[in-house]
Amino acid sequence: MIKFDNVSKRYTSGYEGLSNVSFSMEAGEMAFLTGHSGAGKSTLLKLIGLLEHATRGQVMVDGRNLGKVKSRQIPYHRRKIGMIFQDHRLLHDRTVFDNVAMPLIVSGASRAETGRRVRAALDKVNLLNKEKAYPITLSGGEQQRVGIARAVVSKPPVVLADEPTGNLDPELSKEIMELFLQFNQVGVTLLIATHDIDLVKQMNQRVLTLGSGQLIRDTTNLQEAF
Amino acid sequence: MKADAKKPVKKSSSPSMIHIWFLRHLQVAISSLGRLTRSPIGTLMTATVLGIAVSLPAGMWVMLDNVKQISGNWDAGASLSMFLKADTDEQQVDELIGKLKLMPEIQHIAYVTKDDALVEFQQFSGLGQALEILQENPLPAVLIITPTLQHSTPLQADLLLKQLNQEPLADLTQLDMEWVERFHAITEIAIRAVIVLASVLSLAVLLIIGNTIRLEIQNRHDEIEITKLVGATNSFIRRPFLYTGFWYGLLGGLIAWFLVTISLWLLSGPIEKLTGLYQSQFRLDVLDLPTTVVLLMGSAFLGLAGARIAVGRHLRAIEPD
Repeated sequence: MIKFDNVSKRYTSGYEGLSNVSFSMEAGEMAFLTGHSGAGKSTLLKLIGLLEHATRGQVMVDGRNLGKVKSRQIPYHRRKIGMIFQDHRLLHDRTVFDNVAMPLIVSGASRAETGRRVRAALDKVNLLNKEKAYPITLSGGEQQRVGIARAVVSKPPVVLADEPTGNLDPELSKEIMELFLQFNQVGVTLLIATHDIDLVKQMNQRVLTLGSGQLIRDTTNLQEAF
Repeated sequence: MKADAKKPVKKSSSPSMIHIWFLRHLQVAISSLGRLTRSPIGTLMTATVLGIAVSLPAGMWVMLDNVKQISGNWDAGASLSMFLKADTDEQQVDELIGKLKLMPEIQHIAYVTKDDALVEFQQFSGLGQALEILQENPLPAVLIITPTLQHSTPLQADLLLKQLNQEPLADLTQLDMEWVERFHAITEIAIRAVIVLASVLSLAVLLIIGNTIRLEIQNRHDEIEITKLVGATNSFIRRPFLYTGFWYGLLGGLIAWFLVTISLWLLSGPIEKLTGLYQSQFRLDVLDLPTTVVLLMGSAFLGLAGARIAVGRHLRAIEPD
């Protein structure tokens, strides 16, 4: 589903965000991406979502070479990828329902379809009773769950999360991770960037570790990972 | 519960793509109008500036149209006025008319006696009482000569004029077309001036709307970024801004319509008084339906164009990171 082949990303400033990274993930796989801040976790996720383009190497997502995706086609590529951010990136002048509905609205789903899917997604993250609330009235954990509902509402095959538990206490973080596991069980490919090593240890999944832009470990053996 | 109730409806009606497209545009159009009404004072101020910019050329256009309407009556054909010498008596006039009537170039002759001329002048000039002081009628008798259609062209009329000037009883013969032509020339200049003014002010409208939309884009920076993140196409993101520009333009056009109508209403009293002095049936025309439609559509189009320029320039700059 995701395949990196000797991928490097050099920013115009000269800073090398990633160098020669190669790995691949099968459809329905789940992995954590760890490493210190500045190790290149965000850069890697941005390349998958085409927020950035690789300087060298080849990124394949769902059988498609992202280097060949024209700028006009980028929106259609992004619709296949749900993205979750540490700062949630919600619109504060819109209700929870409207926030979650955004991916459906931009792809032109009918009103009935939108209502049905948004409620299904909110149900999954346990926020069905908050659909008319504004994000600002919700707690951090709830806001993050709205962000997750938005990322999965259009049933994308790939979901990326960048420090999804960054601002949450361990209890809430655990809840979020449980959610991810549930998505993974229905076949979603999940790549979660986090520096919360304790959390990763509890999850018992594949772990990719980045250091200074290079992939320094790729293992499912947790003893080896840390 | 609600979703269940809607299911059968969805199955029975499968709306076509065009239907969905139309519905989505309608939604965006209404929501962008709604957004404008949420800050009514700001919207109204911008729209008023646009309205003033549009009303200037529109108002001048209507005035010109009115002027053309007056002068339109003069286009019917050239006529020549032959002012007769003061000492010409009635018999001589009759003979002259008889002679002129035989000329194939002439279609019709109207004789205005000295007395008729005085009465007419008293009525139309507004100098009635002042003229009574005069002991003698200073006005000459006039023959108003209408040439046949084929002799109405400037060239033919001029030939006829030369011929008539030979007439010993004629003090002066003049072609009434001349000043009509001059008047037309002046009108042409005025029309050109209105076009120039309209172009310059259209540019102003484009810039005002462009700037308004630019600020709007800045205000909604986060929203644009997030919408791009969830896979919105550029045309999807553009749409609400284009409709905003359209609404601004239309609103500006409406305000311009009101400004012009009110101005014309204020002017109509004095103008009617003035034209009354000339015994004219002239009535000041207000904005008619076709002009109104052109005004509103043109203004809305300018709004759309201004928004399109701004959106094209500034949306590209916003990319999610």
